[in-house]
Amino acid sequence: MKHLLSTADLTREEAIAILDIAEEMRESSTRAIKKLPALRGRTVVNLFFEDSTRTRISFEAAAKRLSADVINFSAKGSSVSKGESLKDTAQTLLAIGADAVVIRHPDSGAPARLAATDWIGLPIVNAGDGTHEHPTQALLDAFTLRRQVALRDGTSPAGRGLDGLKVAIVGDILHSRVARSNLWLLNTLGAEVTMVAPPTLLPFGAGSWPCAISYDLDAVIASGVDALMMLRVQGERMNAAYFPNPREYSRYWGLDDARLAQLDASGAETLIMHPGPMNRGLEISSAAADSPRSTVLDQVTNGVAVRMASLYMLLSGDLI
Amino acid sequence: MNYLIQQASILGGEPVDVLIADGKIAQLGSIAAAGDAQVIDARNLVLLPGLVDTHTHLREPGREDAETVETGSQAAARGGYTAVHAMANSTPVADTAGVVEQVYELGRKAGWVDVRPVGAVTVGLAGKQLSEIGAMADSRAQVKMFSDDGICVWDPLLMRRALEYVKAFDGVIAQHAQEPRLTEGAQMNEGEVSAILGMPGWPAVAEESIIARDVLLAEHVGARLHVCHVSTAGSVEIIRWAKARGIQVTAEVTPHHLLLTDEKVRTYDPVFKVNPPLRREEDVMALRAGVADGTIDVIGTDHAPHPSEAKDCEWGAAAMGMTGLETALSIVQHTLVDTGLMGWAGVARITSQVPAQIGRVADQGRPIAIGEPANLVLVDPAARWIVDPAAMATKGRNSPFAGMELPGSVRATFFHGHATVLDGQLATPRTANA
Repeated sequence: MKHLLSTADLTREEAIAILDIAEEMRESSTRAIKKLPALRGRTVVNLFFEDSTRTRISFEAAAKRLSADVINFSAKGSSVSKGESLKDTAQTLLAIGADAVVIRHPDSGAPARLAATDWIGLPIVNAGDGTHEHPTQALLDAFTLRRQVALRDGTSPAGRGLDGLKVAIVGDILHSRVARSNLWLLNTLGAEVTMVAPPTLLPFGAGSWPCAISYDLDAVIASGVDALMMLRVQGERMNAAYFPNPREYSRYWGLDDARLAQLDASGAETLIMHPGPMNRGLEISSAAADSPRSTVLDQVTNGVAVRMASLYMLLSGDLI
Repeated sequence: MNYLIQQASILGGEPVDVLIADGKIAQLGSIAAAGDAQVIDARNLVLLPGLVDTHTHLREPGREDAETVETGSQAAARGGYTAVHAMANSTPVADTAGVVEQVYELGRKAGWVDVRPVGAVTVGLAGKQLSEIGAMADSRAQVKMFSDDGICVWDPLLMRRALEYVKAFDGVIAQHAQEPRLTEGAQMNEGEVSAILGMPGWPAVAEESIIARDVLLAEHVGARLHVCHVSTAGSVEIIRWAKARGIQVTAEVTPHHLLLTDEKVRTYDPVFKVNPPLRREEDVMALRAGVADGTIDVIGTDHAPHPSEAKDCEWGAAAMGMTGLETALSIVQHTLVDTGLMGWAGVARITSQVPAQIGRVADQGRPIAIGEPANLVLVDPAARWIVDPAAMATKGRNSPFAGMELPGSVRATFFHGHATVLDGQLATPRTANA
């Protein structure tokens, strides 16, 4: 693995290897001394062209727990706002002595471009590019699912995929890099995916995706799913006529109290997942977010472990 | 200099000798070498009328870092062209007689091809007010084609008025068909690939809805409409329908839309970023069929050179457009001739005769006959070459065909009897008073 750009690039073996290493990383983070010496002397740059607190902190924690040095570069207040190109910014970081670049960028494909050009020649981790992909989010979602299922079944998660699991991804699929990364990874790991959204928030062309598509959240819940991944609905969508108003969105596609009650009544063990940050009361009710089904905080914890595994595999030279 | 072209295959026919003297075709047939005429061995070469581009961006005035009239017209000569239509989106915009005369003069002084300026339909391409179409038509530049290319004349009433108004000057409106609201932020064709790549899509319907509206407007007011860079199968169908109704519409396709698809965008290499975007394989095939059956009239390169920094960046920050003048004939051969869809007479029709008619360009796109102006190109259809943007005459290095092996090479170009290209290399310009 030279870069981590898209979950579509991962084979099943590679994906499972990352998850297995992440298990070990998570184990280590429960010890009193959380730090591992694996990347001592290496420098990881977090190159963030978009506001993001959670993902940046998660990557920062991951790199630091592996004893790497971390440089945080955010577009705000940097020379990017003065019109510096991605190429110049990246080459500046190379000159400073970076060993790997974790990049978040508002343009789909910017990390792939950084990896494909001769600009820097460093390992690139895509930390979210436009509406394209967010592979470490999908990996941490898969990790969380796998761990929860193993817990439920009383087995070990190691070496396993997500075979036969039914997962519904609900919400703004059109603009979601999380949805795309999850689509490919869940398929690779053997899960069945259903995308649930209003038709306006599904991409034209999604018909060719390896998943089912539904406009009816109640029907999908009633059909029985192992996990509901609720996606954040961004404020600007409401002004762009994707749906009439937030109330109507919640009524049809939100995981509200009524749907939570329906889940509880059915006896299903459905997990409730959300990549955060949540809009409580819009795509997810407070009761749903705080219910025992919710894995939201677990996802955050697992995110660090998965990012440790990703950085470790890219930088330790331990290629799979 | 006079030239005796020996054993050239005119439009792919039987070999004959062609004598070029004093800028005209002086003799055809079996001609003995005599006196001062330079002999050119044209065995196995095809002789075509000099190519006429309906759609070129020469960037001057304003963006001389991207291209100048000089370098752009050198690229044109290298590609076998003897005339190009220079689009109006320069800085300042070609919306006055002053600017079109400047471009025309720069072309005349450069001496590589006829540079025919296109006038803007609206002042500053702003889509609000008609530019001085009459003044441009009556200027030394003799503008006949008007276009806001790069931007759609979106306002239906303004488009109607433009179509009506140019009738007074035997002009034509060349429309960049792109519904603006449907393409806000668009980065590539809207389809299966854009869904995977997470890129804002440019749907086919945004082109087709404008073409449908415009052919109906052209019918209603009895005016000439030219549709720039048709890119979708649906557009071909609408134009086919319009022609069957007798509407005065002509249509253009670019070489890149005849070959490349949106699959190329998976690389996220902005050299493939263009407007209208690369479409699906089905569209490519429908466009080729449309050219073959006459629905699409002409090849227009939409040659759009950019400085390297405009492409050496991430996709979203990159400029739209690709170079095309020096690869056009090869792509036409590759996609239309070598596939059996048309012969060389057809190539002459779509690259020279009809483009000259649309732009009302005198002395271009003429038959290869005695007494006609010697605007000619000699092509070696058996040659194969690897596209190297660094070796091109254009300043633009943004060729989407870089590294591809293509058939057909331009051996010589004659511009009013003057060899602008000889032995496949740029020769000399024709001096303005020659």
